[in-house]
Amino acid sequence: MSKALQNNQDKRFITSAKPMWQSTLMFIVLTFLCLPFLEFDFAHTSPANELKLMLMGLLKPNFVIQGLMSALVNTIVFAVQSVVISVFIGFIFAQLYRLPGIRPFMSFLRSIHELFWALILIQLFGLTSLTGVLALAIPFSATFARVFAEIQQETTKLNYHQIKGSHFSRFIYTTLPLAWPRLANYSRYRLECALRASVVLGFIGLPTIGFQLEGYLKLGHYQEVAALIFVFIGLVVSMRFWANRFTLPVLFLFSIIWLPPAALTGNISERYNGQIVESTWRIENLNRFIEDITPAPLKSTAYIEDENNGNLESTISTLWRWFYPLFETQILPGIGYTLLLGQFAFALSAILGLLLFPMLSRHINKRKLYRNVGHITLTTLRCLPELLLAFIALIILGPSLIPGILAIGIHNGALIAHLVGQHSNELNLRSDISNAPNTYFFELLPRIYGQFLSFTLYRGETILRETAILGILGIPTLGFFIDSAFEEFRLDRAFLLILVSAMLNIIAEALATKCRKYIHNRKPSHAESSLAFDRN
Amino acid sequence: MFKLEKLNLHYGKKHVLSNINLEIKQGESVAVVGESASGKSTLMNHLYMLQPDQIAWCPQDEALVPSLSAFHNIYAGTLNEHHFFYNLRNLIHPCNTEYEKVKDIATKLDLQHILKSSVDQLSGGQRQRINIARAMIQKHTIFLGDEPVSAQDDFHKVKIIKKITSSFKTCVFVFHDLDVALTCCQRIIGLAKGKILFDEHVADVTKKQLSLVYSHHNSSLESMLI
Repeated sequence: MSKALQNNQDKRFITSAKPMWQSTLMFIVLTFLCLPFLEFDFAHTSPANELKLMLMGLLKPNFVIQGLMSALVNTIVFAVQSVVISVFIGFIFAQLYRLPGIRPFMSFLRSIHELFWALILIQLFGLTSLTGVLALAIPFSATFARVFAEIQQETTKLNYHQIKGSHFSRFIYTTLPLAWPRLANYSRYRLECALRASVVLGFIGLPTIGFQLEGYLKLGHYQEVAALIFVFIGLVVSMRFWANRFTLPVLFLFSIIWLPPAALTGNISERYNGQIVESTWRIENLNRFIEDITPAPLKSTAYIEDENNGNLESTISTLWRWFYPLFETQILPGIGYTLLLGQFAFALSAILGLLLFPMLSRHINKRKLYRNVGHITLTTLRCLPELLLAFIALIILGPSLIPGILAIGIHNGALIAHLVGQHSNELNLRSDISNAPNTYFFELLPRIYGQFLSFTLYRGETILRETAILGILGIPTLGFFIDSAFEEFRLDRAFLLILVSAMLNIIAEALATKCRKYIHNRKPSHAESSLAFDRN
Repeated sequence: MFKLEKLNLHYGKKHVLSNINLEIKQGESVAVVGESASGKSTLMNHLYMLQPDQIAWCPQDEALVPSLSAFHNIYAGTLNEHHFFYNLRNLIHPCNTEYEKVKDIATKLDLQHILKSSVDQLSGGQRQRINIARAMIQKHTIFLGDEPVSAQDDFHKVKIIKKITSSFKTCVFVFHDLDVALTCCQRIIGLAKGKILFDEHVADVTKKQLSLVYSHHNSSLESMLI
C-alpha cells in the first residue's frame, strides 16, 4: 500500500512487469549489438534448385531403404535404455542434490553435449552400443537430477512438515506421491529428447536413422531423406501409444537384449546394421586415453628435458606456447561465434514463440480445427533434430551462421510456442474481452510474459549447448574446433576445447538463473519441469 | 431491455435455473438477492450473453490483469472503441487524453492516486473498484454487476452503488448484502434454489419474503444453535 501511495508522487508507472520489460530490453539491445558481426553471404548458392529437389523428395518419399527397420529399432533402443538408466541415476542424485559438490558436478556433466560425450567415449569404448547409451545417459542423468530435485523441493514445501515420522516415511507419503505425476511427465518429455539425440548420434557413426539421414543428405537423395523424416515424425507423434508405464519395462528388456550396453569385458561382437563390430575394452584404453588428453608439451618429456632440463618454469612456458596459438586461433573465435549464434538463435526462438503461440491458444484461435492444425505444425517443427534442420538449411543457404540460427531458432521457437500456448489455455479470461489483437496485447501477453521469459531462459541454456554441436556441420562454433581436433586425433586440444565449452555453458546457466530470479523475485520457478507436457 | 420466459438452465444434469419469467425495463435498478448457489451468477451471465455489446459488465471474479497498471485495466474497458494501433500506443505510453478520461472515472471511485500501480500491488477493495471503473468507462446504458461491492466497507458500498445507478440508465446487481439492496435499488428479486421466490418493488418487500430467501441459511443457523 505504501508503495502505491508513493506512486502518486511519482510521475512514472511502477508495475510488477518492470523487471520483465527491463530484461527484454536488455536482450533486444544485446541482439542489436551483435548484428554488425553477422555475415550474410548467399552469393554462391543456388537455393532454388536445391529447394525444388527437396520439395520433390517430400512429395515422393521413398520408403524402400535398406536397413531402415534395424536403424529405427536402434534409435528407439538407445533412447529407451539411456532414459531408463538416467531416470534411476537422476533420481538417486536428486536425493543427494544438497550435498556439497553434487550440484556443480551435475551442472558440469550436463554442460557437455551428448555429441561430445559420444566423441570422448568412442576413444574409450570404440563405436559400440555402450558409447551410445552412456553418451545420452550421462548428461541426461545430470538433467534429471536437477529437475527431480527442483520438483521435489517444490512439493516438499507443500505439506512435508505437517506429517510426523522419519525422513523416509515422510518422503514416501508426501513428497513422492505429489511429485510423481510431474516426474513421470518430465520423463516422458525427456524420452522424446532422447529420440532426437539418438538420431544425432547417427551423424557421428552410430547405427541410428541419423546415420542413414546423413548419408542420403550428402548424396542429395531427398526422397529417402523425406521418408526417414516422416518415419521419425511418426515415431515421435505415436510415442504415447508405444511408450507408457506398461510398455516401457518390456521395451527396456527388449532393448537390453537387442543391443546389450556392452564393451565391458573382453572381446564382444555386436550387431550393427547387420555387420559385426569387434570391440575390445581393456584398462589400457583408459591409460591411453588419459595420455591422449594430456596437453602435448606435458607428455613429450624428452622435448622438455632437451630444452631446459625439465624445470617448472620451462614446463609452463612450453605449455603457454602450446596454449596461446590454440587460444588465439580456436578458443577465442570459437567462443565468439558460439555466443553470436546463441544470441541470434535465442532471439529468433523468443520471437517465434511469441508469434506462434496464439495458434494453440483457445482465447485467440477459437476453432478447434485450426488449433489442431497449429498443434500438428508445431509438433512437426519441434520434433525434428536441430542438427538435421541445420543440415538442410546449410544445403539451401550455403555456409554461414544463418542456417544454424534458423535451425536452432525454429526448433526452440516451436517448443516455446507450444509451452506458452498450453499455459495460456489454462487461463480463464473474462467474458467481455475485445477482439483477438487486443486480447493478445492487453490480456494474454501481460499474463503469460513472466512464464514465457522463464521458458525462454531455460531454452537459452540449451540453445548455447546446441550451438556448439552445429560445429560438426562446419559452422565455426567451438564444436567445429572440437570436431576438427577429434578428426586430427589431437585429443589434448579437443579435451581443452570441451572444457571451455562446458565452462561457457555453466556461466550461461548461472546468468540465466540470476535473470529468472530477478524477473520473478523468488527462487527459480518450475518452468523446466513444466517442459514436461502431455503429448497433443 | 431483458425479457425471459420460462428459462431453464442446467450444468449437465444439475438444474441451476428453472422456469424463470422475468422482465426488466429501461431505467430500472434491480437487485437480485439470494443465498450462495441459488443461481444468481448464472442468471447474470445469461443476461450478459443476451446483449453483450450493450452491457457494462462487472463480474464477481475481477479478472483484472495483475501485471498491468490500474490505468491500463480501466482503459481495457474501452478497447473496442478505438483502433488497434491506438490501443497499442496507449499500452506502451498512454496519451494524455485517455489518461485524463480514465482519471475522471477513477476520481469518482477514489482511485486517482493508484492509477500508475500494477493491480497485483493493490488491496482487494481497490481491485474491486478498478473493476467497477472498467465497467463505468464504457459507453453503455446497462450495468450488470455481480456482487460489485462485497469487499467495500458499509459506508462506501452505498456511495459507490449510488454513483453507478446515476451513471447508467438500467442497472442489475447481485447482492449478498440486503441493506445495500434495500437502500439503493427500486426492485428486488429473490432467488432460491434456481427459482424466483418473489419479484417486488422495494417498498413492497416483506420481512417474510426475505426470510424465505435465506430460509435454508437460517435453519442451518438454528440447528447450529441447538
